[in-house]
Amino acid sequence: MRIVVLTKPVPDPASGGERLLPDGRLDRANSPAVVNGNDEYVLEKALKLIEAAGEGEVILLTMAPESAPETMRKALAMGATRGVLVTDPAIAGSDAVATTRILAAALKTLDFDLVFAGVDTSDGTAGVVAPGVAALTGLPYLSYAASVDPDEAARKVRVKRITADGYEVLEAPMPALISGTQALGEPRYPSLKGIMAARSKEITTMSLTDLGIDGTSVGLDGATTKVVDSRPPEARGATKVVRDAPDEAARQIVALLAERRII
Amino acid sequence: MRAVTTASRAQGPFRLTDEHQMLRDAVRVLADDRVAPRAAEIDKTGEFPEDMRRLLADHDILALPFPTEHGGLGGELLSICLAVEQLSRACATTGLILAVQELGSLPITLAGTDEQKERWFPGLASGEQLIAFALTEPEAGSDAAAARTTAKRDGDDYVIDGSKRFISQGSVADLVVVFAVTDPEAPRHQRLSAFVVEVPSDGFAVTRVEHKMGIRGSPTAELAFTDLRVPAANRLGEEGEGWSIAMRTLDRSRPGIAAQAVGIAQGALEAATAYARDRKQFGQRIGDFQLVGGMLADMDAQTEAARQLLYKACVEIDAGAPDASRWSAMCKLVAGDAAMRVTTDAVQVLGGYGYIDEFPVERMMRDAKITQLYEGTQQIQRLVIARTLLGKAD
Repeated sequence: MRIVVLTKPVPDPASGGERLLPDGRLDRANSPAVVNGNDEYVLEKALKLIEAAGEGEVILLTMAPESAPETMRKALAMGATRGVLVTDPAIAGSDAVATTRILAAALKTLDFDLVFAGVDTSDGTAGVVAPGVAALTGLPYLSYAASVDPDEAARKVRVKRITADGYEVLEAPMPALISGTQALGEPRYPSLKGIMAARSKEITTMSLTDLGIDGTSVGLDGATTKVVDSRPPEARGATKVVRDAPDEAARQIVALLAERRII
Repeated sequence: MRAVTTASRAQGPFRLTDEHQMLRDAVRVLADDRVAPRAAEIDKTGEFPEDMRRLLADHDILALPFPTEHGGLGGELLSICLAVEQLSRACATTGLILAVQELGSLPITLAGTDEQKERWFPGLASGEQLIAFALTEPEAGSDAAAARTTAKRDGDDYVIDGSKRFISQGSVADLVVVFAVTDPEAPRHQRLSAFVVEVPSDGFAVTRVEHKMGIRGSPTAELAFTDLRVPAANRLGEEGEGWSIAMRTLDRSRPGIAAQAVGIAQGALEAATAYARDRKQFGQRIGDFQLVGGMLADMDAQTEAARQLLYKACVEIDAGAPDASRWSAMCKLVAGDAAMRVTTDAVQVLGGYGYIDEFPVERMMRDAKITQLYEGTQQIQRLVIARTLLGKAD
């Protein structure tokens, strides 16, 4: 079984080092990056499925600046087989529509049984790229997966989809595109063996020319949305931490909320 | 379309690469969760921590120094030192298990044939076997070339007689690299040859395990060899090459001790900082008293300076710098002294509580001392550095 996992480098929330360009866009090439959190959860699920199947490949598909191999290495160290990086100077400034087109075009060059994506990314949080890619590639789209059970022989995949009041069970023919969240389980920490093995794993790069996409149709010029303004969030005020036993803590929290007329 | 590998640059100029950070963090998590809770007990009982050896083996940490073609992970010196540092931050004895595995295997790495590597490395890389490095003798410490242990050729064998002292992990090792005199008449630095002794062997005996001030879980043994027969196939390199092998080994192994020292210093700094934050006297945190805060600042600066020199030394040595001896001596000198100062100050910051075994800093202070003594005393490190500065006399 082959699973492609869409992974996106996002600004590292722990580093506090994200940089903005003069026009307000994120300076991705110069901001310390990590793999998007939701992408790590679906990657973990992909790795578990391949391990259970006993054979197969997990392929990372990433669209990012040239520095991305540094970030992709952690995902490779976790156990992904190889990476495909779509990178091109003309991509900078691409909006969600262009990103969707580019990833869909790259996906069409790969063989796979399933495609996994985080339900959204922690930088843009639009959550439209995964369904967009499914639409452009004609794949069934199963979102908010809490479990994924592929049946390779029957070429079907079954997913528990989280809803507001529980879950529903969806089934689709393979190949399909599935998005997920932390409900899929805690991502593993790379082992030493994984870290050292990642050194010799291959990351193939693709340019827009390789994908047959006109550079002027994407990037800042081709964008259908425009960044009007951006600024760091305001620092949070003082935090009150309640450390008492559960009953007493609950009483204090209720009192606090009542005092502020929230409840 | 072009293919690139993710191999990282060995010379990341000022920051560790993502890969090195990942490796460091993987070992740190393990050290915090599994090693730190055992450290006090290992020190108290003075017994070799078999469970820690198992832990390092199970997590492939002992595989780091060995090439991938012989079952290892092919870690370069910086990776090995990052692991030693993180383990030693929790427990100097446990960090030493990896450092000694590296030290003992270096003679094979540097002078062994492919056959010898294939014979011994898989067992060492898996952690099933441990190896020790036996150079020092009762009468030959800093003056190691004055060794008296002899190895006489007899047919296809050598017969070894003599004794070695202060051999780290000497009583638990499955393989011991022994340096012995093969030609007493040869010039001083061509008298020795190196042999891999497989334990148990007839004529091999552990005659004493030292009672030590620190690294108490790491057995330091006196070994005796009586008519011990070793096949010539166990000789590393040529006859007479032993001294050169030993010196080249120490050029690469001293950073491991520097890493142990940096780890001990970091552990002590963290313990002292936590205490200075919690402990209140005269109505305020003791760390807010400038005399105490200043000590913590000095401890941090000294630890970081030693760490940076260590990382730089690792990269230089791996890159084949011609002055590898200098780098390795400098990082051991600076890190060993930093560890001794920082741990002593950590005891001071904790006051009376620092002097009792309720807190880890007294153990760290005792552990730190050895880093100024073994793999060449600090005085020997200075000699090595001065020699590279001055060159040979006419």
